[in-house]
Amino acid sequence: MKINIKHIAKLANLHISDEEGKKFEKQLSEILNYVNQLNSVDTKNVEITSQITDLENVTREDKTSPSLSQEEALSNTKSKHNGLFKVKKVL
Amino acid sequence: MKAVIGLEVHIELKTKSKMFCGCSADYFGQKPNTHTCPVCLGLPGALPVPNKKAIEWCSMLGMALNCDIPLFSKFDRKNYFYPDLAKGYQISQYDEPFCLKGSINLESGKTIGITRVHMEEDTGKLIHQAIDGQDVTLIDFNRSGVPLVEIVTEPDFDNAKDVVDYLKKLQQIARYLDISNADMEKGDMRLEPNISIRKAGEAGLPNYKVEVKNINSFKFVEKSINYEIDRQTKILNEDKTPIQETRGWDENKQKTVTQRVKEEASDYRYFPEPDIPPIRWTKSEIDKLRSTLPELPQEKISRFQKQYNLSLYDTTILTEDLTTSEYFETAATAGARKISPKQIANVMINKKINIDEILPAKLIEEVTISSKKINISEEELLEAVRKILKTNPKIAQDYKKGKDSVVQFAIGQVMYIMKKKIDTEILRKLIIEELK
Ligand SMILES: [Zn+2]
Repeated sequence: MKINIKHIAKLANLHISDEEGKKFEKQLSEILNYVNQLNSVDTKNVEITSQITDLENVTREDKTSPSLSQEEALSNTKSKHNGLFKVKKVL
Repeated sequence: MKAVIGLEVHIELKTKSKMFCGCSADYFGQKPNTHTCPVCLGLPGALPVPNKKAIEWCSMLGMALNCDIPLFSKFDRKNYFYPDLAKGYQISQYDEPFCLKGSINLESGKTIGITRVHMEEDTGKLIHQAIDGQDVTLIDFNRSGVPLVEIVTEPDFDNAKDVVDYLKKLQQIARYLDISNADMEKGDMRLEPNISIRKAGEAGLPNYKVEVKNINSFKFVEKSINYEIDRQTKILNEDKTPIQETRGWDENKQKTVTQRVKEEASDYRYFPEPDIPPIRWTKSEIDKLRSTLPELPQEKISRFQKQYNLSLYDTTILTEDLTTSEYFETAATAGARKISPKQIANVMINKKINIDEILPAKLIEEVTISSKKINISEEELLEAVRKILKTNPKIAQDYKKGKDSVVQFAIGQVMYIMKKKIDTEILRKLIIEELK
Protein backbone atom coordinates (compact mmCIF):
# COMPACT_ATOMS: atom_id res chain seq x y z
CA MET A 1 0.00 0.00 0.00
CA LYS A 2 1.35 3.40 -1.05
CA ILE A 3 1.68 5.90 1.79
CA ASN A 4 1.81 9.66 1.26
CA ILE A 5 3.95 10.44 4.29
CA LYS A 6 4.05 14.20 3.66
CA HIS A 7 0.24 14.35 3.65
CA ILE A 8 -0.01 12.28 6.82
CA ALA A 9 2.58 14.44 8.59
CA LYS A 10 0.64 17.55 7.63
CA LEU A 11 -2.63 16.11 8.93
CA ALA A 12 -0.90 15.21 12.19
CA ASN A 13 0.59 18.70 12.40
CA LEU A 14 4.13 17.27 12.49
CA HIS A 15 7.22 18.66 10.79
CA ILE A 16 9.44 15.83 9.63
CA SER A 17 12.68 15.78 7.66
CA ASP A 18 13.04 13.87 4.38
CA GLU A 19 15.13 11.29 6.21
CA GLU A 20 12.46 10.84 8.91
CA GLY A 21 9.88 10.66 6.17
CA LYS A 22 11.57 7.68 4.57
CA LYS A 23 11.90 5.93 7.92
CA PHE A 24 8.27 6.47 8.95
CA GLU A 25 6.99 5.53 5.54
CA LYS A 26 8.65 2.15 5.88
CA GLN A 27 7.40 1.68 9.45
CA LEU A 28 3.83 2.65 8.60
CA SER A 29 3.82 0.28 5.61
CA GLU A 30 4.89 -2.53 7.88
CA ILE A 31 2.12 -1.74 10.36
CA LEU A 32 -0.48 -1.65 7.59
CA ASN A 33 0.74 -4.97 6.22
CA TYR A 34 0.52 -6.46 9.68
CA VAL A 35 -3.05 -5.23 10.20
CA ASN A 36 -3.94 -6.40 6.71
CA GLN A 37 -3.65 -9.96 7.96
CA LEU A 38 -7.16 -9.41 9.33
CA ASN A 39 -8.42 -9.50 5.76
CA SER A 40 -7.77 -13.24 5.67
CA VAL A 41 -10.42 -13.84 8.35
CA ASP A 42 -13.75 -15.05 7.02
CA THR A 43 -16.32 -12.43 8.22
CA LYS A 44 -19.25 -13.64 6.16
CA ASN A 45 -21.37 -14.35 9.24
CA VAL A 46 -20.04 -11.58 11.42
CA GLU A 47 -22.25 -8.58 12.13
CA ILE A 48 -20.83 -5.17 11.29
CA THR A 49 -20.19 -2.96 14.32
CA SER A 50 -18.38 0.26 15.13
CA GLN A 51 -17.65 -0.76 18.70
CA ILE A 52 -16.91 -3.74 20.90
CA THR A 53 -18.11 -2.69 24.38
CA ASP A 54 -21.72 -3.72 23.76
CA LEU A 55 -22.78 -0.63 25.64
CA GLU A 56 -25.55 1.58 24.27
CA ASN A 57 -27.40 4.75 25.33
CA VAL A 58 -24.92 5.95 27.90
CA THR A 59 -26.18 9.48 28.48
CA ARG A 60 -26.51 12.02 31.25
CA GLU A 61 -29.35 14.27 32.40
CA ASP A 62 -29.08 17.96 31.58
CA LYS A 63 -27.70 19.01 34.94
CA THR A 64 -24.80 21.32 35.63
CA SER A 65 -21.86 20.48 37.88
CA PRO A 66 -19.07 22.74 39.12
CA SER A 67 -16.40 23.78 36.63
CA LEU A 68 -12.73 24.43 37.22
CA SER A 69 -11.72 27.89 38.37
CA GLN A 70 -10.02 30.12 35.82
CA GLU A 71 -6.70 29.62 37.65
CA GLU A 72 -7.10 25.83 37.55
CA ALA A 73 -8.09 25.88 33.89
CA LEU A 74 -4.98 27.86 32.97
CA SER A 75 -2.64 26.10 35.40
CA ASN A 76 -1.04 23.86 32.73
CA THR A 77 0.06 26.68 30.47
CA LYS A 78 2.68 29.40 30.68
CA SER A 79 1.17 31.17 27.71
CA LYS A 80 -1.77 33.18 28.95
CA HIS A 81 -3.13 36.71 29.02
CA ASN A 82 -5.97 38.16 31.13
CA GLY A 83 -7.56 34.78 31.85
CA LEU A 84 -7.22 33.58 28.25
CA PHE A 85 -4.95 31.01 26.63
CA LYS A 86 -2.49 32.70 24.30
CA VAL A 87 -1.15 31.16 21.09
CA LYS A 88 0.64 32.37 17.99
CA LYS A 89 -1.67 34.25 15.67
CA VAL A 90 -3.85 32.05 13.47
CA LEU A 91 -5.70 33.03 10.28
CA MET B 1 -27.68 30.39 -16.07
CA LYS B 2 -29.15 29.51 -12.72
CA ALA B 3 -27.80 29.75 -9.18
CA VAL B 4 -27.37 26.54 -7.20
CA ILE B 5 -27.42 27.24 -3.47
CA GLY B 6 -27.26 24.98 -0.43
CA LEU B 7 -27.14 25.89 3.23
CA GLU B 8 -25.42 24.76 6.38
CA VAL B 9 -26.89 26.28 9.50
CA HIS B 10 -25.58 25.82 13.04
CA ILE B 11 -27.97 26.35 15.92
CA GLU B 12 -26.73 26.39 19.49
CA LEU B 13 -29.08 24.66 21.92
CA LYS B 14 -30.07 26.31 25.17
CA THR B 15 -29.50 23.35 27.45
CA LYS B 16 -28.37 24.09 30.99
CA SER B 17 -25.20 22.02 30.70
CA LYS B 18 -22.78 21.38 27.85
CA MET B 19 -22.97 18.52 25.34
CA PHE B 20 -20.52 16.10 26.94
CA CYS B 21 -19.86 17.48 30.44
CA GLY B 22 -21.67 19.20 33.30
CA CYS B 23 -20.19 22.66 32.75
CA SER B 24 -22.79 25.40 32.41
CA ALA B 25 -23.62 26.10 28.76
CA ASP B 26 -24.66 29.64 29.65
CA TYR B 27 -21.38 31.25 28.64
CA PHE B 28 -22.53 34.55 27.13
CA GLY B 29 -20.86 37.50 28.85
CA GLN B 30 -19.13 35.32 31.46
CA LYS B 31 -15.52 35.69 32.56
CA PRO B 32 -13.24 33.74 30.17
CA ASN B 33 -12.32 30.14 30.98
CA THR B 34 -14.60 29.87 34.02
CA HIS B 35 -16.94 27.28 32.46
CA THR B 36 -14.48 24.50 31.74
CA CYS B 37 -13.46 21.07 32.95
CA PRO B 38 -11.13 18.30 31.76
CA VAL B 39 -13.75 17.16 29.18
CA CYS B 40 -14.33 20.48 27.43
CA LEU B 41 -10.67 21.48 27.74
CA GLY B 42 -9.77 18.24 25.97
CA LEU B 43 -7.43 17.04 28.70
CA PRO B 44 -6.10 13.48 28.35
CA GLY B 45 -8.16 10.81 30.06
CA ALA B 46 -11.40 12.76 30.29
CA LEU B 47 -14.57 10.89 29.38
CA PRO B 48 -17.37 12.65 27.43
CA VAL B 49 -20.95 11.61 28.28
CA PRO B 50 -23.68 12.93 25.94
CA ASN B 51 -26.47 15.18 27.20
CA LYS B 52 -29.78 13.34 26.76
CA LYS B 53 -31.84 16.52 26.46
CA ALA B 54 -29.62 17.80 23.64
CA ILE B 55 -30.09 14.54 21.72
CA GLU B 56 -33.86 14.76 22.21
CA TRP B 57 -33.97 18.39 21.07
CA CYS B 58 -31.85 17.63 18.01
CA SER B 59 -34.24 14.81 17.13
CA MET B 60 -37.29 17.02 17.71
CA LEU B 61 -35.89 19.61 15.34
CA GLY B 62 -35.45 16.83 12.80
CA MET B 63 -39.06 15.74 13.34
CA ALA B 64 -40.26 19.33 12.86
CA LEU B 65 -38.36 19.31 9.55
CA ASN B 66 -40.08 16.09 8.45
CA CYS B 67 -36.92 14.00 8.79
CA ASP B 68 -36.61 10.27 9.25
CA ILE B 69 -35.30 9.40 12.71
CA PRO B 70 -33.17 6.26 12.37
CA LEU B 71 -33.34 3.87 15.30
CA PHE B 72 -29.56 3.60 15.41
CA SER B 73 -27.15 6.49 15.56
CA LYS B 74 -23.62 7.25 16.71
CA PHE B 75 -21.03 9.96 17.25
CA ASP B 76 -17.83 10.29 15.23
CA ARG B 77 -14.56 12.15 15.53
CA LYS B 78 -13.81 14.82 12.99
CA ASN B 79 -10.06 15.37 13.12
CA TYR B 80 -8.39 18.70 12.42
CA PHE B 81 -5.94 21.09 14.05
CA TYR B 82 -7.09 24.51 15.05
CA PRO B 83 -6.57 26.29 18.40
CA ASP B 84 -10.33 26.60 19.09
CA LEU B 85 -10.45 22.82 19.36
CA ALA B 86 -8.34 21.59 22.24
CA LYS B 87 -8.65 17.85 21.57
CA GLY B 88 -7.49 17.95 17.96
CA TYR B 89 -10.92 16.63 16.95
CA GLN B 90 -14.52 17.67 17.21
CA ILE B 91 -17.13 15.17 18.33
CA SER B 92 -19.72 15.23 15.56
CA GLN B 93 -21.78 12.78 13.53
CA TYR B 94 -20.73 11.44 10.16
CA ASP B 95 -22.59 8.61 8.46
CA GLU B 96 -25.30 7.86 11.01
CA PRO B 97 -26.74 11.19 12.22
CA PHE B 98 -29.85 11.55 14.37
CA CYS B 99 -32.03 12.86 11.53
CA LEU B 100 -32.06 12.27 7.77
CA LYS B 101 -34.01 13.21 4.64
CA GLY B 102 -36.45 15.93 5.63
CA SER B 103 -38.13 18.79 3.82
CA ILE B 104 -39.57 22.25 4.35
CA ASN B 105 -42.10 24.26 2.32
CA LEU B 106 -41.42 27.88 1.48
CA GLU B 107 -43.73 30.84 0.83
CA SER B 108 -42.75 30.70 -2.85
CA GLY B 109 -44.37 27.26 -3.05
CA LYS B 110 -41.00 25.57 -3.36
CA THR B 111 -40.02 22.56 -1.26
CA ILE B 112 -36.43 22.39 -0.01
CA GLY B 113 -34.84 19.06 0.84
CA ILE B 114 -33.17 18.69 4.25
CA THR B 115 -30.21 16.36 3.86
CA ARG B 116 -29.52 15.82 7.54
CA VAL B 117 -29.72 17.25 11.04
CA HIS B 118 -26.90 16.20 13.32
CA MET B 119 -25.46 16.85 16.74
CA GLU B 120 -22.00 18.19 17.50
CA GLU B 121 -20.10 20.35 19.95
CA ASP B 122 -19.25 24.03 19.65
CA THR B 123 -15.63 25.19 19.71
CA GLY B 124 -13.80 27.72 21.87
CA LYS B 125 -13.89 31.40 21.00
CA LEU B 126 -10.82 32.95 19.38
CA ILE B 127 -9.86 36.58 19.83
CA HIS B 128 -7.23 37.96 17.47
CA GLN B 129 -5.28 40.79 19.01
CA ALA B 130 -1.90 42.49 19.22
CA ILE B 131 -0.14 42.33 22.60
CA ASP B 132 3.17 44.17 23.11
CA GLY B 133 3.43 44.64 19.37
CA GLN B 134 2.94 40.95 18.72
CA ASP B 135 -0.04 39.49 16.86
CA VAL B 136 -1.52 36.70 18.96
CA THR B 137 -4.68 34.66 19.25
CA LEU B 138 -6.39 34.39 22.62
CA ILE B 139 -8.69 31.49 23.49
CA ASP B 140 -11.73 31.31 25.75
CA PHE B 141 -13.01 27.74 26.17
CA ASN B 142 -16.32 28.65 27.85
CA ARG B 143 -18.14 27.95 24.55
CA SER B 144 -16.19 24.74 23.92
CA GLY B 145 -18.56 21.77 24.11
CA VAL B 146 -21.85 23.70 24.03
CA PRO B 147 -24.42 21.60 22.10
CA LEU B 148 -24.62 22.57 18.46
CA VAL B 149 -27.06 21.24 15.88
CA GLU B 150 -26.14 21.40 12.21
CA ILE B 151 -28.89 21.49 9.60
CA VAL B 152 -27.78 20.77 6.03
CA THR B 153 -30.03 21.35 3.02
CA GLU B 154 -29.89 19.94 -0.47
CA PRO B 155 -28.63 22.46 -3.09
CA ASP B 156 -32.27 23.23 -3.87
CA PHE B 157 -32.27 27.04 -3.66
CA ASP B 158 -31.82 29.24 -6.72
CA ASN B 159 -32.32 32.70 -5.22
CA ALA B 160 -31.54 34.72 -2.09
CA LYS B 161 -35.17 35.46 -1.25
CA ASP B 162 -36.02 31.79 -0.75
CA VAL B 163 -32.89 31.37 1.38
CA VAL B 164 -33.95 34.18 3.71
CA ASP B 165 -37.46 32.74 3.92
CA TYR B 166 -35.99 29.33 4.83
CA LEU B 167 -33.76 30.84 7.51
CA LYS B 168 -36.64 32.76 9.08
CA LYS B 169 -38.74 29.60 9.14
CA LEU B 170 -35.91 27.60 10.69
CA GLN B 171 -35.40 30.25 13.36
CA GLN B 172 -39.13 30.30 14.05
CA ILE B 173 -39.27 26.50 14.40
CA ALA B 174 -36.32 26.48 16.82
CA ARG B 175 -38.08 29.12 18.92
CA TYR B 176 -41.45 27.33 18.82
CA LEU B 177 -39.68 24.15 19.99
CA ASP B 178 -38.03 26.29 22.69
CA ILE B 179 -34.67 24.61 22.08
CA SER B 180 -32.66 27.72 21.18
CA ASN B 181 -33.01 31.50 21.33
CA ALA B 182 -31.71 31.41 17.75
CA ASP B 183 -30.41 34.93 18.27
CA MET B 184 -28.18 35.84 15.33
CA GLU B 185 -26.39 38.65 17.15
CA LYS B 186 -25.36 36.40 20.01
CA GLY B 187 -24.15 33.74 17.61
CA ASP B 188 -26.89 31.21 18.52
CA MET B 189 -27.55 30.77 14.81
CA ARG B 190 -24.78 30.76 12.19
CA LEU B 191 -25.28 30.61 8.45
CA GLU B 192 -23.07 29.25 5.71
CA PRO B 193 -24.48 29.33 2.20
CA ASN B 194 -22.59 27.63 -0.61
CA ILE B 195 -23.19 29.14 -3.99
CA SER B 196 -22.39 28.16 -7.55
CA ILE B 197 -23.91 28.80 -10.98
CA ARG B 198 -25.16 26.17 -13.39
CA LYS B 199 -24.59 27.13 -16.99
CA ALA B 200 -27.50 26.95 -19.41
CA GLY B 201 -27.93 23.48 -20.82
CA GLU B 202 -25.67 21.94 -18.20
CA ALA B 203 -26.90 19.07 -16.06
CA GLY B 204 -25.82 18.12 -12.56
CA LEU B 205 -23.95 20.24 -10.06
CA PRO B 206 -21.30 22.76 -11.14
CA ASN B 207 -17.68 21.64 -10.69
CA TYR B 208 -16.93 24.24 -8.04
CA LYS B 209 -18.64 25.95 -5.16
CA VAL B 210 -18.04 29.04 -3.09
CA GLU B 211 -18.81 28.99 0.61
CA VAL B 212 -19.59 32.25 2.42
CA LYS B 213 -18.88 32.28 6.15
CA ASN B 214 -19.21 34.62 9.13
CA ILE B 215 -22.57 36.07 8.17
CA ASN B 216 -24.46 37.34 11.19
CA SER B 217 -27.72 38.65 9.79
CA PHE B 218 -30.41 37.63 7.32
CA LYS B 219 -29.83 40.87 5.44
CA PHE B 220 -26.15 40.06 4.93
CA VAL B 221 -26.94 36.54 3.72
CA GLU B 222 -29.22 38.04 1.08
CA LYS B 223 -26.64 40.60 0.02
CA SER B 224 -23.77 38.14 -0.12
CA ILE B 225 -25.75 35.62 -2.21
CA ASN B 226 -26.82 38.30 -4.70
CA TYR B 227 -23.26 39.60 -4.83
CA GLU B 228 -21.88 36.09 -5.44
CA ILE B 229 -24.42 35.38 -8.19
CA ASP B 230 -23.30 38.54 -10.01
CA ARG B 231 -19.61 37.92 -9.45
CA GLN B 232 -19.68 34.29 -10.56
CA THR B 233 -21.90 34.99 -13.55
CA LYS B 234 -19.39 37.56 -14.82
CA ILE B 235 -16.51 35.08 -14.47
CA LEU B 236 -18.47 32.35 -16.26
CA ASN B 237 -19.42 34.77 -19.04
CA GLU B 238 -15.70 35.19 -19.69
CA ASP B 239 -15.52 31.43 -20.12
CA LYS B 240 -13.58 30.99 -16.87
CA THR B 241 -14.47 28.98 -13.76
CA PRO B 242 -14.71 30.68 -10.35
CA ILE B 243 -12.18 29.44 -7.80
CA GLN B 244 -13.40 26.99 -5.16
CA GLU B 245 -12.94 28.95 -1.94
CA THR B 246 -14.32 30.27 1.31
CA ARG B 247 -15.32 33.92 1.28
CA GLY B 248 -16.65 36.31 3.90
CA TRP B 249 -19.12 39.19 3.72
CA ASP B 250 -17.59 42.65 4.14
CA GLU B 251 -20.40 45.03 5.06
CA ASN B 252 -18.21 48.13 4.64
CA LYS B 253 -17.18 47.23 1.12
CA GLN B 254 -20.60 45.70 0.32
CA LYS B 255 -18.92 42.66 -1.20
CA THR B 256 -17.63 39.20 -0.42
CA VAL B 257 -13.88 38.83 0.03
CA THR B 258 -11.58 35.83 -0.16
CA GLN B 259 -10.89 34.19 3.19
CA ARG B 260 -9.33 30.89 2.34
CA VAL B 261 -8.62 29.12 -0.91
CA LYS B 262 -8.93 25.37 -0.53
CA GLU B 263 -5.92 23.77 -2.13
CA GLU B 264 -7.05 20.23 -1.52
CA ALA B 265 -10.15 18.47 -0.33
CA SER B 266 -10.47 18.42 3.46
CA ASP B 267 -9.37 15.18 5.03
CA TYR B 268 -11.10 14.90 8.38
CA ARG B 269 -10.50 11.16 8.83
CA TYR B 270 -13.84 10.60 10.54
CA PHE B 271 -14.07 7.49 12.65
CA PRO B 272 -16.56 6.25 15.27
CA GLU B 273 -16.04 8.01 18.61
CA PRO B 274 -14.63 5.20 20.79
CA ASP B 275 -15.48 7.02 24.06
CA ILE B 276 -19.22 7.22 23.41
CA PRO B 277 -21.34 4.11 22.90
CA PRO B 278 -23.94 4.40 20.13
CA ILE B 279 -27.52 5.55 20.66
CA ARG B 280 -30.41 3.21 19.91
CA TRP B 281 -34.03 4.33 20.06
CA THR B 282 -37.02 2.06 20.34
CA LYS B 283 -39.96 2.85 18.09
CA SER B 284 -42.07 3.75 21.11
CA GLU B 285 -39.46 6.16 22.47
CA ILE B 286 -39.50 8.01 19.15
CA ASP B 287 -43.32 8.06 19.11
CA LYS B 288 -43.34 9.39 22.65
CA LEU B 289 -40.87 12.14 21.79
CA ARG B 290 -42.91 13.01 18.71
CA SER B 291 -46.02 13.37 20.86
CA THR B 292 -44.29 16.09 22.89
CA LEU B 293 -43.82 18.30 19.82
CA PRO B 294 -45.72 21.56 20.28
CA GLU B 295 -48.00 23.02 17.62
CA LEU B 296 -45.61 24.19 14.90
CA PRO B 297 -45.91 27.43 12.88
CA GLN B 298 -47.48 25.77 9.82
CA GLU B 299 -50.08 23.96 11.95
CA LYS B 300 -50.88 27.12 13.89
CA ILE B 301 -51.40 29.05 10.66
CA SER B 302 -53.90 26.46 9.36
CA ARG B 303 -55.73 26.35 12.69
CA PHE B 304 -55.95 30.15 12.98
CA GLN B 305 -57.30 30.36 9.44
CA LYS B 306 -60.03 27.83 10.21
CA GLN B 307 -60.83 28.62 13.84
CA TYR B 308 -60.80 32.41 13.54
CA ASN B 309 -61.69 32.71 9.87
CA LEU B 310 -58.60 34.78 9.10
CA SER B 311 -56.62 35.27 5.90
CA LEU B 312 -53.24 33.64 5.31
CA TYR B 313 -51.69 37.11 5.46
CA ASP B 314 -53.14 37.85 8.91
CA THR B 315 -52.34 34.43 10.37
CA THR B 316 -48.78 34.52 9.09
CA ILE B 317 -48.16 37.76 10.98
CA LEU B 318 -50.00 36.64 14.12
CA THR B 319 -48.01 33.40 14.33
CA GLU B 320 -44.60 34.97 13.74
CA ASP B 321 -43.70 34.34 17.36
CA LEU B 322 -45.36 32.59 20.28
CA THR B 323 -45.89 35.74 22.35
CA THR B 324 -47.93 37.38 19.58
CA SER B 325 -49.98 34.27 18.81
CA GLU B 326 -50.75 33.67 22.50
CA TYR B 327 -51.74 37.31 22.91
CA PHE B 328 -54.08 37.06 19.96
CA GLU B 329 -55.74 33.92 21.29
CA THR B 330 -56.20 35.40 24.75
CA ALA B 331 -57.73 38.52 23.23
CA ALA B 332 -59.95 36.49 20.90
CA THR B 333 -61.28 34.50 23.87
CA ALA B 334 -61.79 37.62 25.98
CA GLY B 335 -63.53 39.40 23.13
CA ALA B 336 -65.81 36.53 22.12
CA ARG B 337 -69.33 37.72 21.20
CA LYS B 338 -68.24 41.34 21.58
CA ILE B 339 -65.89 41.73 18.65
CA SER B 340 -64.71 39.44 15.88
CA PRO B 341 -61.22 37.87 15.76
CA LYS B 342 -60.74 39.73 12.49
CA GLN B 343 -61.17 43.07 14.29
CA ILE B 344 -58.60 42.04 16.89
CA ALA B 345 -56.24 40.93 14.14
CA ASN B 346 -56.68 44.25 12.34
CA VAL B 347 -55.86 46.25 15.42
CA MET B 348 -52.85 44.09 16.28
CA ILE B 349 -51.46 44.19 12.75
CA ASN B 350 -52.32 47.71 11.55
CA LYS B 351 -51.97 49.69 14.76
CA LYS B 352 -48.74 47.87 15.71
CA ILE B 353 -49.79 47.87 19.36
CA ASN B 354 -47.23 47.13 22.03
CA ILE B 355 -48.36 43.77 23.38
CA ASP B 356 -45.95 44.04 26.28
CA GLU B 357 -47.83 47.08 27.60
CA ILE B 358 -51.51 46.62 26.83
CA LEU B 359 -53.22 43.59 28.37
CA PRO B 360 -55.49 41.64 26.00
CA ALA B 361 -58.61 42.57 28.02
CA LYS B 362 -57.75 46.27 27.80
CA LEU B 363 -57.24 45.91 24.07
CA ILE B 364 -60.72 44.39 23.73
CA GLU B 365 -62.16 47.34 25.60
CA GLU B 366 -60.48 49.78 23.27
CA VAL B 367 -61.45 47.87 20.15
CA THR B 368 -65.06 47.72 21.34
CA ILE B 369 -65.14 51.49 21.78
CA SER B 370 -63.46 52.23 18.47
CA SER B 371 -65.75 49.79 16.66
CA LYS B 372 -68.74 51.78 17.95
CA LYS B 373 -67.15 54.87 16.47
CA ILE B 374 -66.96 53.14 13.12
CA ASN B 375 -70.63 52.19 13.36
CA ILE B 376 -71.80 55.73 12.79
CA SER B 377 -72.10 56.63 9.11
CA GLU B 378 -70.80 59.91 7.78
CA GLU B 379 -74.27 61.06 6.72
CA GLU B 380 -75.60 60.43 10.19
CA LEU B 381 -72.75 62.45 11.63
CA LEU B 382 -73.15 65.27 9.15
CA GLU B 383 -76.85 65.48 9.98
CA ALA B 384 -76.06 65.84 13.65
CA VAL B 385 -73.41 68.51 12.97
CA ARG B 386 -75.85 70.55 10.89
CA LYS B 387 -78.49 70.24 13.58
CA ILE B 388 -76.11 71.55 16.27
CA LEU B 389 -74.90 74.44 14.09
CA LYS B 390 -78.51 75.39 13.30
CA THR B 391 -79.70 75.38 16.92
CA ASN B 392 -76.52 77.22 18.07
CA PRO B 393 -75.94 80.03 15.52
CA LYS B 394 -73.45 81.59 17.94
CA ILE B 395 -70.94 78.87 17.02
CA ALA B 396 -70.68 80.08 13.42
CA GLN B 397 -70.53 83.71 14.49
CA ASP B 398 -67.74 83.14 16.99
CA TYR B 399 -65.82 80.99 14.52
CA LYS B 400 -65.90 83.78 11.94
CA LYS B 401 -64.48 86.13 14.56
CA GLY B 402 -61.54 83.74 14.87
CA LYS B 403 -62.58 81.98 18.08
CA ASP B 404 -61.38 78.48 17.12
CA SER B 405 -62.21 77.16 20.57
CA VAL B 406 -65.91 77.01 19.67
CA VAL B 407 -65.13 73.98 17.53
CA GLN B 408 -64.38 72.05 20.69
CA PHE B 409 -67.74 73.14 22.10
CA ALA B 410 -69.49 71.95 18.91
CA ILE B 411 -67.74 68.55 19.14
CA GLY B 412 -69.05 68.13 22.68
CA GLN B 413 -72.57 69.05 21.60
CA VAL B 414 -72.58 66.57 18.72
CA MET B 415 -71.27 63.79 20.97
CA TYR B 416 -73.95 64.66 23.51
CA ILE B 417 -76.86 64.25 21.10
CA MET B 418 -75.28 61.16 19.44
CA LYS B 419 -74.79 59.53 22.87
CA LYS B 420 -71.68 57.85 21.52
CA LYS B 421 -67.97 58.30 21.48
CA ILE B 422 -66.93 59.54 18.09
CA ASP B 423 -63.51 59.96 16.59
CA THR B 424 -62.91 63.62 17.42
CA GLU B 425 -60.59 64.17 14.48
CA ILE B 426 -63.24 63.15 11.95
CA LEU B 427 -65.81 65.23 13.76
CA ARG B 428 -63.54 68.30 13.90
CA LYS B 429 -62.96 68.12 10.16
CA LEU B 430 -66.69 67.83 9.47
CA ILE B 431 -67.56 70.81 11.67
CA ILE B 432 -64.89 73.04 10.15
CA GLU B 433 -66.02 72.04 6.64
CA GLU B 434 -69.58 73.03 7.53
CA LEU B 435 -68.50 76.31 9.09
CA LYS B 436 -66.66 77.41 5.95
ZN1 LIG C 1 -16.71 20.98 30.83
